[in-house]
Amino acid sequence: MYFIFEIKEGLLIAFRAIRANKMRSVLTTLGIVIGIVSVTLMATAIEGVNRAFEKSASAFGSKVLYIQKFPWVSGEDWWKYRNRKDLKVEFADYVTRQATLVDAVAPAVSTVKDARYGSRSVLNAWITGTTHAYQEASGTTIQEGRFFSQEESDGGRPVCGIGANVAEKLFPSVDPIGQTIKVGGYPYRVLTVFEKQGGLFGAFTSDNRIYVPIKSFMTQFGSHRDVTLNVRVAKNADIEDAKEELRGIMRKVRQLKPAQEDDFNINEQDLLTRVFGAITGIIAGVGFFITGLSLFVGGIGIMNIMYVSVTERTKEIGVRKAIGARRRTILFQFLVEAAIICLIGGIIGLMISYPLSLIADQVLPTAMPLSVVFIALLVSLLVGVVSGFLPAYRAAKMDPVDALRYE
Amino acid sequence: MNNSVVINLQQIKKFYDMGGAEEVHALCGVSLQIHKNEYVAIMGPSGSGKSTLMNIIGCLDTPTSGLYEFNGVNVSEMNDNQLAKVRNKEIGFVFQTFNLLARSNALHNVELPLIYGGVSSSDRKRLAREALEQVGLGDRQNHKPNELSGGQRQRVAIARALVNKPSILLADEPTGNLDSKTGDEIMILFEELHRLGNTIILVTHEEYIAEHAHRIIRIRDGVVESDENVTNRKIINATVS
Repeated sequence: MYFIFEIKEGLLIAFRAIRANKMRSVLTTLGIVIGIVSVTLMATAIEGVNRAFEKSASAFGSKVLYIQKFPWVSGEDWWKYRNRKDLKVEFADYVTRQATLVDAVAPAVSTVKDARYGSRSVLNAWITGTTHAYQEASGTTIQEGRFFSQEESDGGRPVCGIGANVAEKLFPSVDPIGQTIKVGGYPYRVLTVFEKQGGLFGAFTSDNRIYVPIKSFMTQFGSHRDVTLNVRVAKNADIEDAKEELRGIMRKVRQLKPAQEDDFNINEQDLLTRVFGAITGIIAGVGFFITGLSLFVGGIGIMNIMYVSVTERTKEIGVRKAIGARRRTILFQFLVEAAIICLIGGIIGLMISYPLSLIADQVLPTAMPLSVVFIALLVSLLVGVVSGFLPAYRAAKMDPVDALRYE
Repeated sequence: MNNSVVINLQQIKKFYDMGGAEEVHALCGVSLQIHKNEYVAIMGPSGSGKSTLMNIIGCLDTPTSGLYEFNGVNVSEMNDNQLAKVRNKEIGFVFQTFNLLARSNALHNVELPLIYGGVSSSDRKRLAREALEQVGLGDRQNHKPNELSGGQRQRVAIARALVNKPSILLADEPTGNLDSKTGDEIMILFEELHRLGNTIILVTHEEYIAEHAHRIIRIRDGVVESDENVTNRKIINATVS
C-alpha cells in the first residue's frame, strides 16, 4: 500500500515539476527524443534489410544445391578456384543416374547477350542455357505458358523462357507467349514467362534472365563454359545427407584420390543467409552503438538537469524530510521524475519515428516491429532510472538540517 | 497523564568536527525534561546552541553523546528511517519561513505528512480539511501559498504540523517573518492549541514572544543557563477568529 502512495505522489510531483519548468523539460526531453528516434529507425532499417534478404534468399530455394567450381563465400585465394577444371554438362546426367536423394538435376551455363523484339530491346540480359529439368530443379514458378520439354531441350529447339523483367521490357502491351525474340541475333520463340521474384539479388533471380535449351546455347554462344549443376534435393531427404552423397558422386566423376581435396563446391542458400547474418550483425552492432551514443548523450542531459533540479529543491527536500519523508521516498520521487521525462521523450520519439518507418517502407519492405516499440519504451524508462539515480541518491542522502538551512 | 514526560534529555552533547583537531562544542551537556501539555519557550542568542538543541529535539539530528528519550523511547541511537517515522508521527514542525510547497495548494500541503504516514486517500482529505478548519482556513483549501497572506501561510503550516496529531509542536521563530499584529494572531492560535492539550515548544530570541509560554529555558554557550516558570505570563484572551 505504502508503495502505491509513493508512486502516486512521485508521479504527481513529477508532473508538477515538469509543468513548472516547461522549457527546460522540453529541451531535456529533446535529447531522449532524438536518441529514441535514431535507435528505433536503426532497428527498423535492420529489420527491413533482413526481411528483404529473407525474401530474396528464398529465390534460391531452400532445398536447392548448386554444384560449382567457385564457392559463393570464401576468404581464400581466388586463383585456386580459378585453376580448377570446369564442370561439364554431362555431369548432370551422371549425377541424375547415381544420386538417390535428389529429385532433379539441371546443368546451367550463362552469358550476357542483348535481346530484341521488334524495336524494343534488353541490353546485357543474362542468357542461361539449361535443360527441361531446370524448372523443377530451381523451383521457379511459371506465370504463363510452359517450360520447354525434354524433346525440345535435347533437340536444341529455338525456344525460350523469359523472366518477369524481360517480359515487361520487351512486351509492354503484347502477350509474349508465342512471339519470337532475337537473343544475341538468334531467333527464339517464347514459351514461358516466369513469376517475378524481386529482391536484392536481381542478377541471380529469374527476373532478368532468358532460358534457352543448353544445346542451342552451346552451339550459338560457345561451348567452353563453366557449368553449374542445379540440384533439387528430394522432399524427404536431409539436405546434409544429399550434400554428402553428391560430394561422393562428384569426387568419383572427377576421379579424385582420397588424399586430394574437392575441386568443386556445393553451394546453398543457407550459406548466403549465414554470411548475410554475420554482416547485418556487424552493421547492427555498429549502428546501435552509434545511435546508442545519442541516447547516452540524452541520458547525460537528464542527469544534468536532475542535478540542477535537486539543488534547486534542496529546501523542499529538507521540508519533506522534516515532516517524515524517508530516504527511499525522496530517492523514488526524483527517480520517477527522471523516468517520466524519459518516458515522455520515448513516446514522442516513437510518434516521430513510426511515420518515418512508413516512409522507409517504400524502399525496404519494413514496418516498425511491435517489439521495437516496447523495447524503445523500456529503454527510455531505463535511461531515466539510470541517469536519474545519482542525482536522486544525492537528494535522498541529504542531511535534513543542512537542507532546511539551504537558501 | 498530564504529567507524563514527553521529552527527556540527559547530558546531551553535540560536537561538530570542523576538520583537523578543531571541534566545535555546540552543546556541552544539556539535561531537561518537558511534560505533556507544557508550553515551553527555548531562548538564546545566536551561537548559543539553541538551534542545535531544537534540531535534536526535533529528531532532525542526533546527539554526539547523551540520552534522548521521546515518550520513553530512546531515540538518540535511531537510524535515519526510524527518525523519519518519529518526525512524521510525533513531531509537528512550524518554521519561520513557513516552508510550504509552492506548487501545491493548502490542502495538499497539509496532506503531505499523512501521505508519508501511509494514510488512505479518503481519510487523508478528511483529516487535512479538519486541520485546516481548526486553524480557521476551511475556506482556503484550494489556494496555493502565493495566493495566501503571510499569516495564512503560517496557519497552513500549523495545520500541516497538527494533522498527524503529534506529541509536540516544535515552532522555530514562528512569528519571525510576520508583522506584529499577524504575529499576535499566530500566538493566539498557539494559546488555543495549548488549551486543547497540545505540547508546544517555542524556539525564539524575542522576549515578547517567549513570555507567552509557561516556562522559559535559556541556553548560552551550549548549556542551560536558566530554566524557570513564567510568573507574569502574557495571556491573550482573544479567541481564534
